[in-house]
Amino acid sequence: MTTALADSAIMLRRNLRHRLRYPAMTIFMILMPVLFLLLFVYILGGTIGPAGHTGRAAYATFITPGILALTAVAATTATAVAIASDVADGIVARFRTMPIARVSMLAGHVGGAMIQTVLAMAAVTAIALLTGFHATASAVNWLAAAAVLILFAFALTWLSVALGLAAKTVESASNLPTPLIILPFLGSGFVLTQSMPAAIRWFAEYQPFTPVINTVRGLLIGGPIGHNAVIAIAWSLAIALGSYLWARKLFSRDPVRA
Amino acid sequence: MTSPTPQVAAQTTAIAVTGLRKSYGEHLVLDGIDLTVRQGTVFALLGPNGAGKTTMVQILSTLIHADGGGAVLAGHDLNAEPARVREVIGVTGQYSAVDKLLTGRENLMLTADLYHLGRARARARAADLLERFGLTEAAGKLAATYSGGMQRKLDLAMTLVSEPQIIFLDEPTTGLDPRSRRIMWQIVKDLTSSGVTIFLTTQYLEEADQLADQIALLDHGTLIAQGAPDQLKRMTPGGHIRLRFTDAGALGKAQALLARPAKADAEALTLEVPTGGSVPELRGILTLLDDHGIDAAELTVHTPDLDDVFLTLTGN
Repeated sequence: MTTALADSAIMLRRNLRHRLRYPAMTIFMILMPVLFLLLFVYILGGTIGPAGHTGRAAYATFITPGILALTAVAATTATAVAIASDVADGIVARFRTMPIARVSMLAGHVGGAMIQTVLAMAAVTAIALLTGFHATASAVNWLAAAAVLILFAFALTWLSVALGLAAKTVESASNLPTPLIILPFLGSGFVLTQSMPAAIRWFAEYQPFTPVINTVRGLLIGGPIGHNAVIAIAWSLAIALGSYLWARKLFSRDPVRA
Repeated sequence: MTSPTPQVAAQTTAIAVTGLRKSYGEHLVLDGIDLTVRQGTVFALLGPNGAGKTTMVQILSTLIHADGGGAVLAGHDLNAEPARVREVIGVTGQYSAVDKLLTGRENLMLTADLYHLGRARARARAADLLERFGLTEAAGKLAATYSGGMQRKLDLAMTLVSEPQIIFLDEPTTGLDPRSRRIMWQIVKDLTSSGVTIFLTTQYLEEADQLADQIALLDHGTLIAQGAPDQLKRMTPGGHIRLRFTDAGALGKAQALLARPAKADAEALTLEVPTGGSVPELRGILTLLDDHGIDAAELTVHTPDLDDVFLTLTGN
């Protein structure tokens, strides 16, 4: 157990060094949600805000929880690509023949992704504040919102670990998480789900992003949260556990013959 | 680094493989391999592409599981205690497994950290290995900028960080230029003087001949011969000389004159004459040709090498 922790710390240091050395992925992680934020606030924000959230500043306040969920998605590509590259480069094969805790190889990636996601969410929140995002939340509510987002990001990170291991090539690893980007839009991120056509509305209300976004929105700008918090946490735990088990299964099988 | 083992046999036998089998679907890759490698020797597994050499290394280095059979490495059972096996082995694969986003020194430090050497020892070890492999100057550069030969050297240096008792080298010189290959050979030779056991695979007969104390020939998943290089060379018929002539007339006359079971190639204008390769024998042949005014344009002496052994045994 202590070796597992020590080895994970070494792998985390390796992962963070990679990220510092290649900031392109980090920049993309912040740029992607920020671009959506600016696009929606300044291009569309004058006309599409739902009732009670009209006007650019009010709309910025409405969509910031969705933008933060999008930031969690933006991190997944980097994680999946990093995992697939490790496998392709043969460094994973080297680690496997060394007396180290196997879980540390994945834990290092997850830890690095979480640190980067939290920093990216902080940066995105700061930019959102500049565009007019106005939170009424207490410090406790801010912490609770952060906890919900971090737990959700943790789930998506394990999902991207599994996708990175499942991918046959580095290229497909970079494509696999892409469909996740659409989910905040097919949810409560940018409009109220009530305004959607019936079939899409049904999907929007039962997919995991909606309760997460609703919970964060309720915590930060007020309004009813209801069952959303419980459902958001349940979804996050289920995705994290399922993805972890999937990743562990993929990782413990014999590597495919070169 | 050597740990005392209860059995006396384990101290002299580094690797003992019995009945190892592996197949991928219908394709049988290893069909019951038995072999023994003595401690402190170089063992070369020689075979063409696809013979199962890499699979063999992957199984013995705990990377993949065998379908049947087993192995004992430095006294540790491969199937029962793979974690113990990992503590005593080092592996350098066919493709260099270095972290290309880290510098040469960082790669070595990472490896040292994972073996929990401690800061001071790790730093000293990294500096020592960089020096030994001529990488000191490039130590601060990213491995991605290294040439193929440098990456391979860094890879081997990482393998040596833990001072393993048994080192696996899977085709260590494939794809290297002749100069890098010579350097790699020298490194392997130096390693054996320190008592390390080396299990190497190669498709180059010259490499096995240069480095190995024992050679096993692997073909279609079975070992078709095992022995010291000289033993194996004795398994083939003797050598020959090859004479090349400038015209078919001379070739014909020479063949008639030599009155031996010589093999003539009318197209290449060459004649292969079996000999023991001794100087008086060669002189005799040349004098005989000279006396009859036959000019040989070129003479090459061919002593049996592992190529002949391999071609003879595989029958192609």
